[in-house]
Amino acid sequence: MVNQSNKVLNKNITKLVNQTYQYGFSTSIEKDIIEKGLNENTVKLISQKKKEPKFLLEFRLKAFKKWKQMSEPEWPYLKFPQINFQDIIYYSAPKAQKKLKNLDEVDPELLQTFEKLGISLTEQKRLANVAIDAVFDSVSIATTFQDELSKYGIVFSSISEAVNDYPELIKKYLGSVVPIGDNYFSALNSAVFTDGSFCYIPQDTICPLDLSTYFRINDQKSGQFERTLIIAEKNSQVNYLEGCTAPQYDTNQLHAAVVELIALENASIKYSTVQNWYSGNEVGKGGVYNFVTKRGLCVGSNSKISWTQVETGSSITWKYPSCLLVGDNTQGEFYSVALTNNYQQADTGTKMIHIGKNSRSRIISKGISAGKSKNTYRGLVSVTNKALGARNYSQCDSLLIGNLSNANTFPFISVQNSTTKIEHEASTSKIGEEQIFYFLQRGICLEKAVELMISGFCREIFTKLPLEFAAEADKLLTLKLEGSVG
Amino acid sequence: MTLNSPLLEIKDLQVSIDNNEILKKLNLTINKGEIHAIMGPNGSGKSTFSKVLAGHPAYSVLNGDILFKGSSILELDPEERSHLGIFLAFQYPIEIPGVSNEDFLRLAYNSKQKFYNKPEVDPIEFLTIINEKLNFVNMSPLFLSRNVNEGFSGGEKKRNEILQMVLLDSELSILDETDSGLDIDALKIISNGINKFMNSNKSIILITHYQRLLDYIKPDYVHVMQDGKIIKTGSAELAKELENKGYEWLKV
Repeated sequence: MVNQSNKVLNKNITKLVNQTYQYGFSTSIEKDIIEKGLNENTVKLISQKKKEPKFLLEFRLKAFKKWKQMSEPEWPYLKFPQINFQDIIYYSAPKAQKKLKNLDEVDPELLQTFEKLGISLTEQKRLANVAIDAVFDSVSIATTFQDELSKYGIVFSSISEAVNDYPELIKKYLGSVVPIGDNYFSALNSAVFTDGSFCYIPQDTICPLDLSTYFRINDQKSGQFERTLIIAEKNSQVNYLEGCTAPQYDTNQLHAAVVELIALENASIKYSTVQNWYSGNEVGKGGVYNFVTKRGLCVGSNSKISWTQVETGSSITWKYPSCLLVGDNTQGEFYSVALTNNYQQADTGTKMIHIGKNSRSRIISKGISAGKSKNTYRGLVSVTNKALGARNYSQCDSLLIGNLSNANTFPFISVQNSTTKIEHEASTSKIGEEQIFYFLQRGICLEKAVELMISGFCREIFTKLPLEFAAEADKLLTLKLEGSVG
Repeated sequence: MTLNSPLLEIKDLQVSIDNNEILKKLNLTINKGEIHAIMGPNGSGKSTFSKVLAGHPAYSVLNGDILFKGSSILELDPEERSHLGIFLAFQYPIEIPGVSNEDFLRLAYNSKQKFYNKPEVDPIEFLTIINEKLNFVNMSPLFLSRNVNEGFSGGEKKRNEILQMVLLDSELSILDETDSGLDIDALKIISNGINKFMNSNKSIILITHYQRLLDYIKPDYVHVMQDGKIIKTGSAELAKELENKGYEWLKV
């Protein structure tokens, strides 16, 4: 007796089981940690370890006070056990934290870790045209091309360094886009953030390199609370890329980041993310909880902020990169591909707040759900009474794979003047057995079939990614989906 | 392949889906150069038969065998059967959003090239190949840049199926109601294409409800399928008789 259906199914299941997360290794290294748990002392200790100025300690303590009064948001379409914030390590840094003069002084173990991740920090093998800040658990371990960039007056460093080197800028802008009490996770981040990147692009400067930060969570018990601040002065331009991975553990790790972008008159910031945190195994054990507040402020007229994200990892994603379009003729963009498989859950989208006249925004969101995952788009387009002539175009497409996945779209639109033009399009489609069979019958194998359909579905977004990211994203999606169809 | 073995030999084939037995001891032999028409009332198992030949995973073969060029293909995946030369023109060709017809056709062509260790062609070489085939079915090159079957009319979808058959140069082609939903002009174009494609090394199975198609494509045999087996086989004349009398008179 031959059962074709079982045969195909078994083959796919085998593939699913064999699928590995190639960044799942961990690095054993001597660490300097603050014992797990969170109280006012932890906050003070972090600030002390980082030798921070007083204003920042006050910022942290204020945030901590605020956080204690707040409660976790319940509105997302996500289900997960309560996070025990006392069971998390809030500071974990590789030892030997004296100021490094050059990369030769970085622990070779760490360099190797990044090498294995495909991120070369050593002088000879650096990626051309991309400057990298590498963040390992709580601290930045190296930033490349700093000297070259400084010739243009561009500052690209870890935020810890910037706190000491450019306290005025930090004081002025930190928390200016995402206020301390904006939400539960931003309050937590403001209290305990440990590192992240800082970029400052001076007036009339087009950043000659793409700037990039690579985040790595290594420690099993530690949370990563990164803080990124990018300031683009008048008439400047910058491209920023962000990549993330974490080892494979049975327990969940917490990542709560805050990213603030400020674009002054005529400035343009393009921020791209390929997020590939460990997403848990095929029965939903382990994986990173990813709670991120990303917001850009187009404060000057004619400024532009563009978010592009490819979200494939994390067991929980809670993330809404947004734009506050304050200046006249400002532009906000959000391009997103969110892929969930197995038991992953994503609640992601954007907010476009139109305040300036003739401000424009564009939202293209592509959600792909496979396995038993949940994928939700949540968006807000808000046009105030001052934003005369504002325009928005939104498009939300969902692609379902298999019969057990789930896709939701919650678009909110609020318009307070009559000169606004809003367009919204949405679609849901499914990669079904019959489509796959059509490919197979024409001699095209399963992997190719899925790859072709997914990349067709995501094409609009991938063209927005920087070249070196686009190819990676394409590969990543196919890899992630391996074995989920059938 | 043994020298004189038939192209396709189906022996006592029993097939079920969701525990419902659809094909019940079906037997059929097809030699090279022959055109067979399979007719029969709705629900008699014709489409199941075509999908089982192509290896659709939803069906379970309970018993019997399918020999293609003398060897059993039951253990082969759908894509391997395709490479060996089995082609199914679908009754309802499915739409594939986001994938251009050109990419799809080239990938199909190259998959077969690769299987036979022949060089894969690049997009420019492929254009030359496909343009020639487009003439077979009177299709405009504009079809290449559109997504596979997306927004195609019924006739365009069917023509696209025949285009793929011609491109893959399959030895056994199963055309599942390729004539349904076609107007007279489209029917003529498609029939012409099929006749031009047919030669003494190939075989075609036409699954149809109507005698009309058989006016354009002359079958060597006409089979009547009912309740999962072939209950009568005859010449082209049988189709005419069915057109007049329906299927009732055949019932035992």
